[in-house]
Amino acid sequence: MSSVDDRVPKIMKQGRVAPWLYVTPALIVMSFFIVYPMISTVLLSFRNADSTLPASAACVAGQPCWGIFENYRYALTSSIMLTAFRNNLLWILLMVSGTVAMGLLIAVLADRVRYEKTAKAIIFLPMAISFVGAGVIWKFMYDYGSGKIQIGLLNAILKTVEAPAVSWLTQPGINILALIVVGIWMWTGFCMTILAAALKGVPTEILEAARVDGATEWRVFWRIILPVIMPTIAVVITTMIINVLKIFDIVYVMTGGNYGTEVIANRMYLEMYSSFQSGRATAIAIVLIVVIIPAMIYNIRRFQEQEAMR
Amino acid sequence: MNTNKANRFLGHLPVHVIIVTLCLLWLLPAFGLLVTSFRPFQDISDTGWWTVLSAPKGTADYDASCAACHGNDGKLITAADLTDPELVGRYPRSLQLMAMLRKEIDGKPHMADLPAPEAQQAADIASYLRRISNIENPPRFTTSNYVDALVGYRGTTTYAKDCAAGAQSLDLKCNASDLLNPRGMSRAFLNTLAVSLPATLLPILFAAFAAYAFSWMHFRGRMALFAVLVGLQIVPLQMTLVPISRIYAQLGLNGTFLGVWLFHTGFGLPYAIYLMRNFLGALPQDLFESVYLDGASHWTAFYRLALPLAMPAIASLAIFQFLWVWNDLLVALVFLGGKNPVLTYQISNMVTSLGGGWHLLTAAAFISMLLPMIVFFGLQRFFVRGLLAGSVKG
Repeated sequence: MSSVDDRVPKIMKQGRVAPWLYVTPALIVMSFFIVYPMISTVLLSFRNADSTLPASAACVAGQPCWGIFENYRYALTSSIMLTAFRNNLLWILLMVSGTVAMGLLIAVLADRVRYEKTAKAIIFLPMAISFVGAGVIWKFMYDYGSGKIQIGLLNAILKTVEAPAVSWLTQPGINILALIVVGIWMWTGFCMTILAAALKGVPTEILEAARVDGATEWRVFWRIILPVIMPTIAVVITTMIINVLKIFDIVYVMTGGNYGTEVIANRMYLEMYSSFQSGRATAIAIVLIVVIIPAMIYNIRRFQEQEAMR
Repeated sequence: MNTNKANRFLGHLPVHVIIVTLCLLWLLPAFGLLVTSFRPFQDISDTGWWTVLSAPKGTADYDASCAACHGNDGKLITAADLTDPELVGRYPRSLQLMAMLRKEIDGKPHMADLPAPEAQQAADIASYLRRISNIENPPRFTTSNYVDALVGYRGTTTYAKDCAAGAQSLDLKCNASDLLNPRGMSRAFLNTLAVSLPATLLPILFAAFAAYAFSWMHFRGRMALFAVLVGLQIVPLQMTLVPISRIYAQLGLNGTFLGVWLFHTGFGLPYAIYLMRNFLGALPQDLFESVYLDGASHWTAFYRLALPLAMPAIASLAIFQFLWVWNDLLVALVFLGGKNPVLTYQISNMVTSLGGGWHLLTAAAFISMLLPMIVFFGLQRFFVRGLLAGSVKG
């Protein structure tokens, strides 16, 4: 980064105050809204529900207690949080692999058709709408009519093959998959766009040479394209992991975290704003950031490497 | 040449099939919602949206049981004209209709040797008769869902009908002022706009100043400070909600637009500064040198040179931030809640409170998607660019 420093022309020197006039407004807002709350969140996570006493005050004699880390005991070992961890893991496994694989498939294939732009725009479209809107769209797809009439498309299809209707959003096991499908529908376009940009960067000479030598498209993909775009795939995967860890809106709108679909971010919201357990809520927030930080650091490093290469 | 072309097309056929299938799959859910939002509410709960173009309910049963004697249009027997509302009005339910069908007319069974329809079929026939006799003939498509959603109508018919009958609920006045009804989507739309515009402009403004200083000014600790600011991108939103909502409670900022603007500004800044500095820092050095030699101050260089040149970056940033705020639920939920409900808040509320109100929900969802769609199709290039650069945002 020091290289940028040298780029500033020497004649553009200015007084000591001027730069701070430019920087201070942003600094103040950021300190107030990010730095201060971060510290405060850490402190609150060691206090009780309304932050009046240390967290250990919530301990009940004869039951397991982690003293000042009592909120963390809840955040790490309570059954609802274990469900949330399990679900977030499932989300990561399925949604990340789903969006990356689909995004890659479409990016590679759309490259070969003339309506590439239209196809990509269609896949990308869900990125423009809110999770809430997507939640409504899919809730309608999953609609479960208890009577004879099925107005949800999926159950109507099941009806035509005379299979029993499924309550997609309340049946444990199925409902998480149903939510993840919504996530894949929304985020595939994002993965596709980044991967497509990387694909355009694969040197055409190498591709041509391989094809002239008689390599099949399949081999070209696995032996040339994939290794070249691997760094980008890695960034996409970590970015998606971060996004999935913070997933909130879809779950909040579609199931409210009920029927075994709880996730970390939704739990944090509920602890704070419906159980009024600020100690627990902040502890969960800390757990969340601790899980996210490695992925973030990896991502920022990768971005800087790419910038440096340019 | 032609066979060559055909061969190539056939070779590509699997690719076309996969791409087109995926595109259709992607569009299908949204398309179903769009169609539904234009159907009369009586139809939505009765039949799936994919039946919208098929014959109305009961057509097949009418053809099987009645058409032979009454004719396809129901007018064949003049003494029993099925398009006569007065006659059909006597049989509002399947029960009365079935009783009539079992009776004898002029000493012969009404249905002759045809089997009498079952209860469900009779009900469908009854609704078909109400349709052809114009007692109840809702159009296939209607915009009333949108009207109802916009004004926040929650009754059992439609806003227009209730208003015509003077039976509207107390919070509706049946004039233009209903568009400001706190329960309505049009009010929510305005609220969302009132949140999004300043929450987009403020961070860009602050970020432009800071990014200029980080790019073209000398000061102590410049790079270290910049690194810290960029690092703040990793802080997830959830980390900051609790302390901020406590401070807001003390300052009386909960439920105010100002509170949300400031929060989005604070949270949008790290990424905005990062993006703007990357862009401003990459501008040619000579440019700044020459304007400075011409006697321009930093302020002029910033205002006259850097800002205009940074417009592409600002556009990407603005679109990204605007859609981010527009589509946000969490911040709106925490800091605005029901006091100044925005679109996402209003819809998520409707989802949980309106069990079967699909006609309102579908329309409301599309109202909320309208602006993002326009932005998306109109400014796709900037949107994609801003989103790519913003993929590390916390």
